[in-house]
Amino acid sequence: MSEKVLEIRDLRVTFDTPSGPLEAVRGVDLDVSAGELLGVVGESGSGKSVSFLATMGLLPARARVTGSVLLAGEQLIGASNKYMRSVRGRLLSMIFQDPLSALNPVHRIGNQIAEMLQSHQDLSKRDAEKRAIELLDIVGIPQPSERATQFPHEFSGGMRQRVVIAIAIANNPKVLIADEPTTALDVTVQAQILEVIERVQERFGTAVVLITHDLGVIARVADRVNVMYAGRNVEQGTIDSLFDHPSHPYTRGLLASLPGPGKQRLKPITGFPPNMLNPPKGCAFHTRCEYAAEICKLDLPELQTFGDLQTACVRVKELPKAEIRV
Amino acid sequence: MLRYIFRRLAWSIPTLLLVTFLVYLALRIGTNPVESYKRVNPRASRAKIQQYIDVNGLDPNFVQGYFKWLKNFITGDWAPSIKGRREVWPALKDAMANTLRLGTAATVVGIFFGLIFGVLAALRPGGRRDVFINTSAFVGISIPPFISAILLQLLFAVYWQRWFGFSLFPTSGVYPAGHTGFDLFLMLKFMALPTIIVAIQVIATYSRYMRSSLLDVLNSDYMRTARSKGISERRILIKHGMRNALIPVVTIAALDVGSIVGGLIITENIFSYPGMGLYFLKSFGEGDFPLLMPWMVVIVASILLFNLIADISYAWLDPRIRLE
Repeated sequence: MSEKVLEIRDLRVTFDTPSGPLEAVRGVDLDVSAGELLGVVGESGSGKSVSFLATMGLLPARARVTGSVLLAGEQLIGASNKYMRSVRGRLLSMIFQDPLSALNPVHRIGNQIAEMLQSHQDLSKRDAEKRAIELLDIVGIPQPSERATQFPHEFSGGMRQRVVIAIAIANNPKVLIADEPTTALDVTVQAQILEVIERVQERFGTAVVLITHDLGVIARVADRVNVMYAGRNVEQGTIDSLFDHPSHPYTRGLLASLPGPGKQRLKPITGFPPNMLNPPKGCAFHTRCEYAAEICKLDLPELQTFGDLQTACVRVKELPKAEIRV
Repeated sequence: MLRYIFRRLAWSIPTLLLVTFLVYLALRIGTNPVESYKRVNPRASRAKIQQYIDVNGLDPNFVQGYFKWLKNFITGDWAPSIKGRREVWPALKDAMANTLRLGTAATVVGIFFGLIFGVLAALRPGGRRDVFINTSAFVGISIPPFISAILLQLLFAVYWQRWFGFSLFPTSGVYPAGHTGFDLFLMLKFMALPTIIVAIQVIATYSRYMRSSLLDVLNSDYMRTARSKGISERRILIKHGMRNALIPVVTIAALDVGSIVGGLIITENIFSYPGMGLYFLKSFGEGDFPLLMPWMVVIVASILLFNLIADISYAWLDPRIRLE
């Protein structure tokens, strides 16, 4: 396996809310290797975005973050603001969900890209603007030199997301975090944006973390997958093994709820995600799990190797083989 | 852009005509200018009265009369005031200058501090500083100027005199009685109290505008994008935050300046400050039609003009707005 660029260990994020502390991320372990495309799946509130906002140091000050995040060997948790500023945009950058609001409406596109370049590289304004035009070309925006002088409202949603990607890759970061980059877009545009991300990853060797709730997106582009539930990693492995023989009951449920050829009915996961102010004792999924037993209510299950997957389920060896058709 | 401005200016002419006609009607019906003239000049001859009616366009037929007034107004054939037969233009010009001086000083000081306080409040919403600024702003808006003016007059004139033997700021007029010519220091001294009174309200209003506008912007997604670029907090606040937060505030400010020309009626009255507000109160009290009509024209024109300025500045600050 190639070198690890991002190593997350026992990451915990707690928000103080009027109704008490809310632990949104409860001990996540996760590795990203150089040049790979890691998918992170989970439903809303599973802590997938919060984990990576914490990695970027972009959470509000009221969030308490503990654990360890090593980026190319450097610790990010507890690092100074100044150091985090030098990391953001240079080593780590992020693409956000809604391209319509992610760009500043009053500044020109070229200027917004040049700002990213100039904040980390010693470039003249002119060189930065030239480079910005090249970046627009790389992400597939036609007539980049004219488009650079335009404002965000003159771009369509898909084009704006390309601009956001151009900003994110401007300084050739080691890790690019894409937080639901296609959720707000049309299906046809989604495919184009995924292609841009893949192209960038291949061309620059950037490691990409693709956060999404859409397993279809993951299946298309990811090398490895992390499945998150209630602020924990419940299963991880390569894309093939996870889609072929998922072990964790939650992953099975997710795959069973996907439409596919030959499927007569979709099988939803019953119940609701847990209230994170008061998560269930033991395995957080036991309230919705069809294989739940008394033992599941005792302790939080840790990830353990099971075949070619790592699964956080105490009963994983006793479960029947999954019957999944995707 | 130029075409737009030109068209807006062209459109303001019919607006001006309509509004002045309505004002003319209101004054004719509400004050009966001819009766006022007779009351002020009880020994005026029949011919004098007829001349007054002619030059002011006070014919029994309102429409005919209005156009007569309009013709005389445009050609510069303005009637003198009914009391003392004063020239109207010099009086109006002085009142405008005084009000603009007071209004500009108060607005500049007020908006400057208002914006600073608004930004300070928005940076830590819910914090002690925010609560203090918000509460003060609320108090500032709630205290009517005639209360705060009297309190300040007591403090800086009456009590100051008692404690230190002289009064810090005078309480009325623009210059001491009998003063002639220009004297910057004296002028500022006389302007100080009314300026503070007006500025308190401007500060209170604009700190609240700025706070809410900046809070909106600070919570927006593009601020997170800016932060994810790793640029400094100061640059994020100024280039991305303030630039957006100021758009609505500047627009409101332009509209407010337009209405200031109408005079700060309460403040000018308390301080006997001879501006547009006092001009209006006096001439309206005496039913002085020749003084009132030009005042109205100036007010309407300035509101129209500053509305246009507000629209232009909005389009200039926000690239999403196109002036068509």
